[in-house]
Amino acid sequence: MIIAERKPIKEILSLTNSARRILILGCKGCVTVCSAGGEREVKILGCIIRMYRKKNGKPVEITERTLVRQCDPEYLDQLFDSIDQFDAVLSMACGVGVNFLADKYPATVCLPALNTKFMGGSEAQGIWTERCAGCGDCILGLTGGVCPIARCSKGLFNGPCGGSVNGKCEVNPDIPCIWQIIYDRLKLLNQLDKLDEILPVKDWSVSSHGGPRKIVREDLTI
Amino acid sequence: MKSGSNLERILTGGHFAVTAECGPPKGTLGEMVRRKGELLKFYCDALNVTDNQTAIVRMSSFSGCVLLKDLGIDPVMQMVVRDRNRIAIQSDILGAAALGIRNILCLSGDHQRFGNHPQAKGVYDIDSIQLIQMVKRMRDERKFLNGEDISGEVPLFIGAAANPFADPFEFRVRRLAKKIKAGVDFIQTQAIFDMERFLRWMAMVRDQGLDKKVYILAGIIPIKSVGMARYMAKNVAGITVPKEIVTRMEQAKDAKEEGVKIAIEIIEQIKEIEGVHGVHVMAVAWEDIVPRVVKEAGLMPRPLV
Amino acid sequence: MSNVFKPEIIVFCCRYAVYNFVDDLDRSAISGFPEGVKIEQISCSGRVDVVRLLEALETGADGVYVVGCREETCHNVVGSYRAKKRTDYVKKVLSQLSIEPERVETFVMSRGDEAKFVEMAKEMVGKLNTLGPSPLRGK
Repeated sequence: MIIAERKPIKEILSLTNSARRILILGCKGCVTVCSAGGEREVKILGCIIRMYRKKNGKPVEITERTLVRQCDPEYLDQLFDSIDQFDAVLSMACGVGVNFLADKYPATVCLPALNTKFMGGSEAQGIWTERCAGCGDCILGLTGGVCPIARCSKGLFNGPCGGSVNGKCEVNPDIPCIWQIIYDRLKLLNQLDKLDEILPVKDWSVSSHGGPRKIVREDLTI
Repeated sequence: MKSGSNLERILTGGHFAVTAECGPPKGTLGEMVRRKGELLKFYCDALNVTDNQTAIVRMSSFSGCVLLKDLGIDPVMQMVVRDRNRIAIQSDILGAAALGIRNILCLSGDHQRFGNHPQAKGVYDIDSIQLIQMVKRMRDERKFLNGEDISGEVPLFIGAAANPFADPFEFRVRRLAKKIKAGVDFIQTQAIFDMERFLRWMAMVRDQGLDKKVYILAGIIPIKSVGMARYMAKNVAGITVPKEIVTRMEQAKDAKEEGVKIAIEIIEQIKEIEGVHGVHVMAVAWEDIVPRVVKEAGLMPRPLV
Repeated sequence: MSNVFKPEIIVFCCRYAVYNFVDDLDRSAISGFPEGVKIEQISCSGRVDVVRLLEALETGADGVYVVGCREETCHNVVGSYRAKKRTDYVKKVLSQLSIEPERVETFVMSRGDEAKFVEMAKEMVGKLNTLGPSPLRGK
């Protein structure tokens, strides 16, 4: 899922500084799961902004609401009747949600409360790591299900580089060398010969490098 | 002859090769490259010019090589995949060939986070092994990566790095085999201090007959000070410095002398190892010492081929 | 008529910790318990909610603190450990708002140690007397 984290408080306060009536809009999707922008986080941020404004004598009216998702226009429709009363909507969704919100309500100031970071999952409680780079042409069948594009600091296809020591990446000892993991995985699966093949150069035109992407399913469109 | 470079002729002629390295300046003074070139000219068969090493911006390897070429030196252009996409890489290769550069070292490159512009976007469009493959095709088939024809020749002797001291150990030789499969002609290894591990690696290399398929030059870094020994032992991923060496440096009366002594000892041992075809002396910020090390290791004069 | 500042404090306390002396929130029954400290019992210190802590501060409490059981005796094993993480989080928020992080705290005590409970309350009152009224008071 998409992993995000709340922007630093000072940045959010600065972004919302000129707004008097703010809608803090949460999302029950990914950002709830990673505790960044769900109902609870909306409440917390509400408290924080009110406390700041109280301290500085700058009045604010905060409305708190959480939608099932912000990346689906049908849920954003629910805001139609009330959106005009707000000076700004502070969205606690990931970047996708903020974009959709702005698309739907172009005359409203839409602000991001989060920094959207990556596609990943939870390794342990409170810890999330990146797993997928959305490259558009998945090679996981060749690497034991472990992605070198998302998880190798240099995105090597025929790794590891010479900086792999004790299973750690040269960039940061907290980062495991993913090629060590791929090696171990393929060894376990008896597929080490896959590593003798030279993986060919990547077609980046199907990744975000090729321009913003779109999928149309003719069998599903109305 | 694939390239006709001096290095190629030395190696194919069966001589024990000596290459050295020179780092370009963080500025525009070509004189600084020329000076190093003049110093090392007669003490090596070819001279590498590093490519924004440790991701610190310096004068490009390409331009450094052109400056050295003018002095009659056989330069080795280092090229990292960190900073350029396939379009720029092929373009630079065409330019290098046009300007008489005949050796290229294909590298991944130290991650940009190590350098002085850590916020830069790392490119890594293709990796070092794909780069080797691409250069080979440009040279042998005169074709670009996309299959289109190249007008003119691309006579390049293709090199790559190998690190017997990185992990996973069992895989390192397999990775070398992969580079050979991709088309590499010569290898320069990471600096050797842990002789035991290097010997083990070489045994595996010989086992697979790889020493017959590629020229291997063993890397040497002369240690200048105790601080340097400790730093490399602790901070440089991929370099292993055994305790005995750090101790020797600590206990030495004259650190530099000890450093030279150790370097020469290592070279003497390397000369005896079957399957090693030369040495690559990386005297980081101590290029002055190279002539002495090469001389006292009994590697002078360099053959004229 | 003195205008001496009297801190208004809320303590969220684990009911196991105070089981034998805090009865129906009747703080007057506790000997020596300082004025101005309101008691709210929770089932475990680890249940304290960041939102509750922030709301208390937002509505003008000069300080809030959490009291839980020592790790060795915590009924839920990690209750106080969790409570501390949450009060640390609130401290960070306060710092970002240029409000003294000392206004929020987590304490541990042995079960039933009434004297300690009183001591902690006095400590908080003393601290807040020094810090002064919350900048959010009465606004």
